[in-house]
Amino acid sequence: MAFLEIANLRKTFGPLSVVQNFELAVERGEFVSFLGPSGCGKTTTLRMVAGFEGPSSGTIRINGQDVTRLRPNQRNVGMVFQSYALFPNMTVAENVGFGLKVAKRPAAEIGPRVEEMLRLIKLPTLGGRYPYQLSGGQQQRVALARALAIKPQVLLLDEPLSALDAKIRVSLREEIRAVQRSLGITTVYVTHDQEEALSMSDRIVVMSEGRIEQIGTPFEIYNFPRTRFVASFVGTLNILRGRVADAAQGRIAVDDQEIVAARGIADGQAGQIRSVALRPEAVSLADAGGERNRMRGTIEEVNFLGSVVRIRVRFKENAISLDTFNNPSVAPPQRGQPVTVSFAREDLLVLEGAEAG
Amino acid sequence: MKRSKLGPWLAIALGVLYFVVPLIGTFEFSLRMRRGEYSFDAYQVVLADPRFQATFAYSTVLALATIVVGVLLVVPTAYWIQLRLPKLRPVVEFITLLPLVIPAIVLVFGYLRIYNSSSLLPMTASERATDVLLTFSYVTLALPYMYRAVDTGLRAIDVRTLTEAAESLGASWATILFRVIFPNVRVAVLSGAFLTFAIVIGEFTMASLLDRPAFGPYLQLIGANRAYEPSALAVIAFIVTWACMGLIQVFARGARGMSAESR
Repeated sequence: MAFLEIANLRKTFGPLSVVQNFELAVERGEFVSFLGPSGCGKTTTLRMVAGFEGPSSGTIRINGQDVTRLRPNQRNVGMVFQSYALFPNMTVAENVGFGLKVAKRPAAEIGPRVEEMLRLIKLPTLGGRYPYQLSGGQQQRVALARALAIKPQVLLLDEPLSALDAKIRVSLREEIRAVQRSLGITTVYVTHDQEEALSMSDRIVVMSEGRIEQIGTPFEIYNFPRTRFVASFVGTLNILRGRVADAAQGRIAVDDQEIVAARGIADGQAGQIRSVALRPEAVSLADAGGERNRMRGTIEEVNFLGSVVRIRVRFKENAISLDTFNNPSVAPPQRGQPVTVSFAREDLLVLEGAEAG
Repeated sequence: MKRSKLGPWLAIALGVLYFVVPLIGTFEFSLRMRRGEYSFDAYQVVLADPRFQATFAYSTVLALATIVVGVLLVVPTAYWIQLRLPKLRPVVEFITLLPLVIPAIVLVFGYLRIYNSSSLLPMTASERATDVLLTFSYVTLALPYMYRAVDTGLRAIDVRTLTEAAESLGASWATILFRVIFPNVRVAVLSGAFLTFAIVIGEFTMASLLDRPAFGPYLQLIGANRAYEPSALAVIAFIVTWACMGLIQVFARGARGMSAESR
């Protein structure tokens, strides 16, 4: 049995359905991220797990116990907020020890636990400071320590790094992951930043318009997106529209040039219009030989980005972008130049669902 | 082009004259009790008067009771409005403004009609019950000031997130209110408290018509029968009010310093 089980969860606000049929099983010690754009229902789902929102239907179980109707203060769930939410009238140590004090733990237990938490977040000397005397990154680390001090069953983080600058975000996400690993705590992390989700998570739940689009490891989500939404939301992706020539063999015609998807075309029929996806890094400007897909086109745009040169090649209706490393001894190609691009058949992903012609 | 500063300075000078000259006049007059020389005789007479001490003590006690009742009524209400019922905010704001629009005399006649000794709830039947009624009427009078002060304080903090953070750490509603919310609106509550104190100390209508020995009716009584003492009392009343305003400034400055550092 999974440690955190969310079954058939729904949330509606009047006629608006913000979370629909959400099903998820999180194993003990797993780090799962909810990834999606604003308004996709990821924060509402997290808030239902925390108990701040009541679901319209469905159940939430933590360690086998049904917590769906329990108040937030009865769930033993740690929460870290985007805006830190440290109590301004309390010192760092008082903030970290607040949950233990509320639980009426003896002072002999609270003191050492607070010290342990402050050491864990690498701020052992700042216990006497007030939140306004700390930087944003330090405040968020204190918020993490405060949430962990009560030894919660599940740790929930609601876009905890969004208010921080880019450099601190990167270092803090590594710290959060290290702390989570060292404690082995089951964690749900909400973010709209794909890089955060990809770099931190054991699994990612990609959401759109209140629905789960795909659940998978970062490797699966990035390399094998199942829907057009996942493909376009996670990473940069080329989407090409073509007509299925032979579904079993995975042959599809894109702008009159036939290419092959090694995995075939699931539920495909000849003549259907389908979308295929291709990562820029899978495309090569040179013809690498072997059993690869090849397409002829014209260079439409060349963007010099420093270490990388991004090139867009136009066929007819469709175009693809590809990245090549900058080589100081080779000049980048010119606009209008005819080229052949190639890519492995395994790298071509056929997205679910036929489209109108 | 450099604009002339004469106009603004003239306006300030006129304003200062308008407000300060009567005060100086009152103060100067209060010092003239002894014929031919200035003295604090009027102040000595007033401060030695047992009725002054009794009425001032009575009003002080009622002011403190009003502050306690007002804070216990207003803070949870404003907190709940901000947290759960933000749509009701305009309605509550309107209600809290009513005491500014409805004259105190109308309010007190309403009280006398509803709570007279032959009513279902005869609050005017005994002195203690009338004191309670007077305290509640003072809470009503001070409501616009107390509510606004507390509401402003609550708007300055992220009430919802702080509440949720405390809840997720296992805190009950009482713990959240008394350990998290109250301490963070302390300055706002103190501002409301000092304003309440200043209002209650000088209030006349309610206390007079409910026949209670408060400082306001005493001021009126002295004013009707003495020459120099009323001026001394007016100056004392002003000093009490100004001390309250000064304390608000002191506490507010402390809070401003703290929030400025946090940015």
